[in-house]
Amino acid sequence: MTQHREESIQRPGVLIFIALFVLFSIFLLSQLSAETRFVPNGKLVEQPRFWPAIGVLLMVGFGLAQIALRWRAKAGWDPGEVAVWLRAFEYLVWFMAYVAVVPVLGYLATTIAFTTSLAFRQGYRGVRSLGAAALLGLTIVLVFKTGLSVKIPGGAVYEYLHGPLRNFMIVNF
Amino acid sequence: MELLGSAILILARWDVVAALLVGSVGGVIIGAIPGVGAAVAIAILLPATFSLDPIVGLSALLGIYGSSMYGGAIPAILINTPGTAVNALTTYEGTPMTERGEARRALSLAYSASFYGAVFSIVCLILLSPVLAWIAPMFGSREIFLAALLGVILVVLAHRGQILLAGMMAGFGIWLNTIGLETLQYSQRYTFGQTWLSGGVDLIVVVLGLFAISQAFVLLVEPDKRAHAEPITGGLLSGFKELAVYKRVAAASGSFGVMMGMIPGVGEFTAQFLSYTYAQKTSKTPEAFGKGSPEGLIASETANNAVPAAAMIPLLALGIPGEALTAMMLSVFYVHNVIPGPGLFQNQLDFVVAIYLALLVLNVLVLVFLLFSTNILLKVIEIPTRFIGMAVLTLSFVGVYSLRNSAIDCAMAAGFGILGFIMKRFSLPIVPVILGMVLGGIMENKLRTSMMRVKTPFDFVDRPIAFLLFLIIIIVLASHALGLWRGFRSARESGR
Repeated sequence: MTQHREESIQRPGVLIFIALFVLFSIFLLSQLSAETRFVPNGKLVEQPRFWPAIGVLLMVGFGLAQIALRWRAKAGWDPGEVAVWLRAFEYLVWFMAYVAVVPVLGYLATTIAFTTSLAFRQGYRGVRSLGAAALLGLTIVLVFKTGLSVKIPGGAVYEYLHGPLRNFMIVNF
Repeated sequence: MELLGSAILILARWDVVAALLVGSVGGVIIGAIPGVGAAVAIAILLPATFSLDPIVGLSALLGIYGSSMYGGAIPAILINTPGTAVNALTTYEGTPMTERGEARRALSLAYSASFYGAVFSIVCLILLSPVLAWIAPMFGSREIFLAALLGVILVVLAHRGQILLAGMMAGFGIWLNTIGLETLQYSQRYTFGQTWLSGGVDLIVVVLGLFAISQAFVLLVEPDKRAHAEPITGGLLSGFKELAVYKRVAAASGSFGVMMGMIPGVGEFTAQFLSYTYAQKTSKTPEAFGKGSPEGLIASETANNAVPAAAMIPLLALGIPGEALTAMMLSVFYVHNVIPGPGLFQNQLDFVVAIYLALLVLNVLVLVFLLFSTNILLKVIEIPTRFIGMAVLTLSFVGVYSLRNSAIDCAMAAGFGILGFIMKRFSLPIVPVILGMVLGGIMENKLRTSMMRVKTPFDFVDRPIAFLLFLIIIIVLASHALGLWRGFRSARESGR
């Protein structure tokens, strides 16, 4: 386990990640006085600034120490690895689109559309696979919204429905 | 006896039984799917349990927590892929056994060892209850602060080979917890003038991002993996007989599991490693380890499954979670205004006993389920990994959005998902972020309240338990520094 962990730090791209993280930490440190309050004559541990300072100093201190150690060992750079990181952003966009559409089209329709289209994007073209994806979406809605009544609001399109059907859709789907 | 009756009454409800059944069966299935694991499932289900009674929600989550490792052993043995990360050592012995045609024996041994480890741990927990009820009230603010500090130190030091990164991530967690309005001086911290940051960063948003959404990204980005396992023929109960032959290994591994489970930040990996090493060193056939040794399999599975119940000890007695899963459960307690800690043992001991009983029942349910449905579970292993990634991403939405119906929460969770994705690709430590958040909050509150009665630094450790905890912190740090110095010296000598 220890050897695996040490080897994972040696992989190309780790240094880029750590360097970005340390830069972020240094930025936070530079904002410490502006973003936290210091109460004159107050006890140190009761200062609103005390715990953010501890967190940020740990980030900066350990991060810089890690960079110093890695720099001496072997600095790695692999543009391919960064490209993989960027590929994950595509699915972030998918996810955020799903989040944006649910309040409009409603949970049921959006979820079935999301699972089916994402399955298509993943290369599943067969009727059986796409049907399984749609069934997955339906099951998730039935379990969580209909069954467990989790708090997901009804879609704006439900307002166009009439009377009991509108209420039924808002409550269950 | 009255206490036991009261605890049984808490559990004897259809919704609790249903939650236990769904949690334990669901946990086995989730554990059997490589790449998902209990952390992802608990993170997703956590907000859904908020609308349930505390014991119902906790039963479902405990079911997943306690049963996922049973399921994780199936792909570890049959297709050389651990279902959950902690089943990795099981592959060393399980796969060679399968290759020589002993898959049924390996599975049977894994089930019986897992069951033994879990029950052993629950019995220890029950026997320790009176001691915990006696000790817990001795923990005041300063003792809980020191215990939380010890937890952070142990979590960081447990990541050998990545200690600096674990420290950096623990600091990140502590910082994340401070964002928003602090309630002593009512000042904003690191909100950058943004009102949506005033409420702080919700632990569940971070957990869902780092564990669930990141895992969905990992599965979606990587090529599809399809596995196939041959069906098992014959009964699976024979493992109990064989377990009796290796009772020394089973007892030692269970003990390691309980001890490591109780210590915050240590958990399954260390318990498993110590048990496996012990079993190998004391075995009459140490050369068989790594080639399908039943002792190695028993050591790994017993230790794994002994941890969950033991990990409940610091959570219930002190309100201090030892690892990410118990940290998630802590939020369920808080949502229902059940505050784990010394007061829980004094005021709601029947609730605590009900949790122990729930753990016991779920293990029986899991064993019965596995004895009859292992071949059905083999179908779960065959689901393509990208399809699972899609399911996890869709389910993650339920987890995040149902919290506050906030698109900002979803965006934050997705951001943490990218962070977790990168960290998972490099096997960098994620757990310290979560524990930094939880323990950082505990440390901040407890240090403030304890300092009201402290005049000099010595007052802080003038009570026996506070002094003992302080001593343990010093010993842990000193022994680590000594280890570093020895390593440095031997490296310098070998370089000459």
